[in-house]
Amino acid sequence: MSFLIGQSMTGGYGGADILNDCTIAVERGEIAVIVGPNGAGKSTAMKALFGMLTIREGAVQLEGQDITHLTPQDRVALGMGFVPQTNNVFTSMSVEENLEMGAFLRKDDFRATIEQVFDLFPILKEKRKQPAGQLSGGQRQQVAVGRALMTQPKVLMLDEPTAGVSPIVMDELFDRIIEIARTGIAILMVEQNARQALNIADKGYVLVQGSNRFTDTGEALMANPEVRRTFLGGK
Amino acid sequence: MKLLKQQAPLAFAFMATALVLVGVFQSWSLSLTILNYCLIASIMSLGLNIQWGYAGLFNVGLMGFAALGGMSAVLVTMKPVPEAWAVGGAGIGMGIVTTVATILLAIAAYRRLPKGYVRGWGMATVIVLGYFAARYFFDPATNLIESVNPAQTGFLGGLGLPVWVAWAVGGVLAAGVAWVIGKITLGLRSDYLAIATLGISEIIIAVLKNEEWLTRGVKNVNGIPRPMPYEYDLQQQVWAQEWAVWFGADVQDFTSIYVKVCSAGLALVVLLVLYWLSQTAIKSPWGRMMRAIRDNETAAEAMGKHVTGRHLQVFILGSAVVGIAGAMMTTFDGQFTPTTYNPLRFTFLIWVMVIVGGSGNNLGSIVGGFVIWFFWVEAEPMGYALLNFLTSGMDADSALRAHLLDSAAHMRLITMGLILLVTLRFRPRGLLPEQTARTRGH
Amino acid sequence: MHDVLNAFMLLSNFLIVPATAYGSQLALGALGVTLVYGILRFSNFAHGDTMAFGTMSVILVTSVFQSMGIGIDPLPTALLAIPFGILATTAMVLISDRLVYRHQRKVRAAPVVFLISSIGLMFVLNGLVRFVIGTGDQRFSDGERFIIRFGEFKKLTGLDEGIAFKTSQGLTIVTAIIVVAALFWFLDRTRAGKSMRAYSDNEDLALLSGINPERVVMITWILSATLATIAGTLYGLDKGFKPFTYFQLLLPIFAAAIVGGLGNPLGAIAGGFVIAFSEVTVTYAYKKFLTYLVPESWAPEGLVQLLSTDYKFAVSFVILVLVLLFKPTGIFAGKSV
Repeated sequence: MSFLIGQSMTGGYGGADILNDCTIAVERGEIAVIVGPNGAGKSTAMKALFGMLTIREGAVQLEGQDITHLTPQDRVALGMGFVPQTNNVFTSMSVEENLEMGAFLRKDDFRATIEQVFDLFPILKEKRKQPAGQLSGGQRQQVAVGRALMTQPKVLMLDEPTAGVSPIVMDELFDRIIEIARTGIAILMVEQNARQALNIADKGYVLVQGSNRFTDTGEALMANPEVRRTFLGGK
Repeated sequence: MKLLKQQAPLAFAFMATALVLVGVFQSWSLSLTILNYCLIASIMSLGLNIQWGYAGLFNVGLMGFAALGGMSAVLVTMKPVPEAWAVGGAGIGMGIVTTVATILLAIAAYRRLPKGYVRGWGMATVIVLGYFAARYFFDPATNLIESVNPAQTGFLGGLGLPVWVAWAVGGVLAAGVAWVIGKITLGLRSDYLAIATLGISEIIIAVLKNEEWLTRGVKNVNGIPRPMPYEYDLQQQVWAQEWAVWFGADVQDFTSIYVKVCSAGLALVVLLVLYWLSQTAIKSPWGRMMRAIRDNETAAEAMGKHVTGRHLQVFILGSAVVGIAGAMMTTFDGQFTPTTYNPLRFTFLIWVMVIVGGSGNNLGSIVGGFVIWFFWVEAEPMGYALLNFLTSGMDADSALRAHLLDSAAHMRLITMGLILLVTLRFRPRGLLPEQTARTRGH
Repeated sequence: MHDVLNAFMLLSNFLIVPATAYGSQLALGALGVTLVYGILRFSNFAHGDTMAFGTMSVILVTSVFQSMGIGIDPLPTALLAIPFGILATTAMVLISDRLVYRHQRKVRAAPVVFLISSIGLMFVLNGLVRFVIGTGDQRFSDGERFIIRFGEFKKLTGLDEGIAFKTSQGLTIVTAIIVVAALFWFLDRTRAGKSMRAYSDNEDLALLSGINPERVVMITWILSATLATIAGTLYGLDKGFKPFTYFQLLLPIFAAAIVGGLGNPLGAIAGGFVIAFSEVTVTYAYKKFLTYLVPESWAPEGLVQLLSTDYKFAVSFVILVLVLLFKPTGIFAGKSV
């Protein structure tokens, strides 16, 4: 029984189906990566898991509980965290306020969690009073991830976290993500930088036109000649 | 939606019945007055629909454009006042020359000077100096003009040209002001256009109320020439007296009705011409392009359509129509009274007409014009009658009763507001919704 | 030296003090408008008449208090009535949101539809206020009229010119400071306030964070109604109440909000003062002022008034146009164009 699984999902945004019988699953402490060509439905699959679009067929289950018909806010309350690709911080609010907003649903004292986020992303502690809009792209991504971590989620979903950042920042970000996974949080990531992502992935899903094309461990996919040829630009 | 084709004639039939009822129960003269104003209101609402329905422009300054039209009626058709011209003409002329020169200099400064503080301060200096120079010429001239026979004239008078020229000039003047405002505010948020148009209309009215040398300010201008015959003259005519007898009415009533029928006919002709022009425009490639821009501006821009330029065209055209209507209204009234220009009665009421009638649909805005104006006028007597009935059980001297009856006038504001809100809630596209490709021809 | 002081006193009495009071009133009005714009994302044309409604409620309660003999001399009784006025206005505003705007939010109507709805509400409120309280001028201020009188001031300083500090002016400034401080404390320090800023900043992310949109909307309306009532009452205490004046205030209030940057509270305050000071400065007759400062032979003949007071809102308009031409997002860069 997978920790989080979207089983045989079929659906779209209202018109034609984007997802066709797509299955994505992730376990605790595991890093699962969704890769594929443009328009393959990667972000759509993740949004379906999060409830930002309704699936016609299929089901989504978290810890065995069916959450297919819950709103995103309800899913956040159940322990899912989501980091959107763009517009993922409150630009006019300080770093610290962003984190506070991340913890909005929590009724308890979340000071400890903020310290944990600062431990994970030391530069945010330095810039805690600065408006998030003034930070660099990579630092903003850190704020975005930190914000999502404030609810102490069991699953963290990231939509192209390294889009538009430099390679060094990307490496750093991936290092952090590995650290987060080590604490037992399930990580689901959609990524364009397939090679680097699969490098750190425990499980990889290659989607083509909304369906699963290849599903295997990250290593295996990297070694797969067809995958290398089509998506990794390799020999 | 299937009733679209029949809805327009139905609405007009309803209006005709209502007007007949007014004629029977109140007076024919009143009924025809309402009809006249309905026609003019419809023209204004048509003008607004051109801006709103075609291009989604939020013009809240209709009052100003209508007032400009009224001002044109004064300035073009009234006889000139020779003494005033003799005394102040030169001063005004110099003032105008100075103002124009200042503006040109300011534009030149904008273009020639290097960007930054130098340019800003340079332009500011030019404008400030120019302002004082113009005032130097204007102030003494205006004082002199206003002192020429202030009770009767005290202003420059007009050009003494025929009425239809005034109407055309009204349109042109409104178009000119619209060009200036449009250049500044189009391309920005629609809210900004709204505030800017609100502001310019308030300023226009303020100018008209204060610059007595131009239009006598709040002393008003009476006796504005008009194309219809005057009742008094008609009453002397034998044929009029005979016709009156034949209709079974007295001469005064008959002539008054006759004159109103004439003006209604005139207004109707103008309305029909403008309507025909608008319909042709909307069905033309130009019209289709306008609607494409309105429906998806970004896509249209991507296709190379110069959106702001088109918006400016539409803004100017719509404002011109409102200007013409304003001129017509002043001509029919025979007098120019700046204090009657009240934003609720002009600007916002016309908005209600367009929304309720059907934005994007020319016929709809005309229907809206009729229906809303009718209710606006009749709400007071109807409200009064209703309140009278409701309070008939109360003590005849009751203060509350007196207060309620006094307030019948305010009821129409509330009624208008409620009509607008109800329409937006339950029938946001109006009585006659826009005919798109999907709804047309069924 | 004496002359310079006199000149300064003159300026203070007829320009600085009134402009500061007027600026505070505009600032409070603009704050209400800018909050609604920033969070509900539309220009509320009914705000002027909301101010009229609020002031009307306060006037009614004030007259009840006055007839009951309740008062807080030397301060105006209206101050006691303000909380009741706020209650009434808040109720009215929340009801109109429920009846009008909530539906538009549900169907995701375009911002311009909200604007037109606010015009409909404006009509209704306008008629309602006139219906209830009539169209005449209402003077409802009582208590001590002046904090310091002209004569007293002149005696104290021995100058020819004095400053008369009206109670209403002092009240306006003090109240405005308190209200603004409270508002900023609310927005910066409380969870609810921060959630509103978050919602204004990034609606989708706010929803994702679990912020309840209907609660945010409700708080926004409550704040807007409170600000409108206070601003309207202060203006009415200062200048008398006539229903039509509040509609005319729409132009300077919106100009202030836009100049400061729509959606930015700090901008609304700055804008309010910019507009107020400009209006008063440009329409002030400097004759006496200059006469104090320059030698006899240079003394001006005319009033030396840049623009007659009839055109005072032309000033707000010109400033608005300038801002729109050169910096459309306003001084403090509110919501983008």
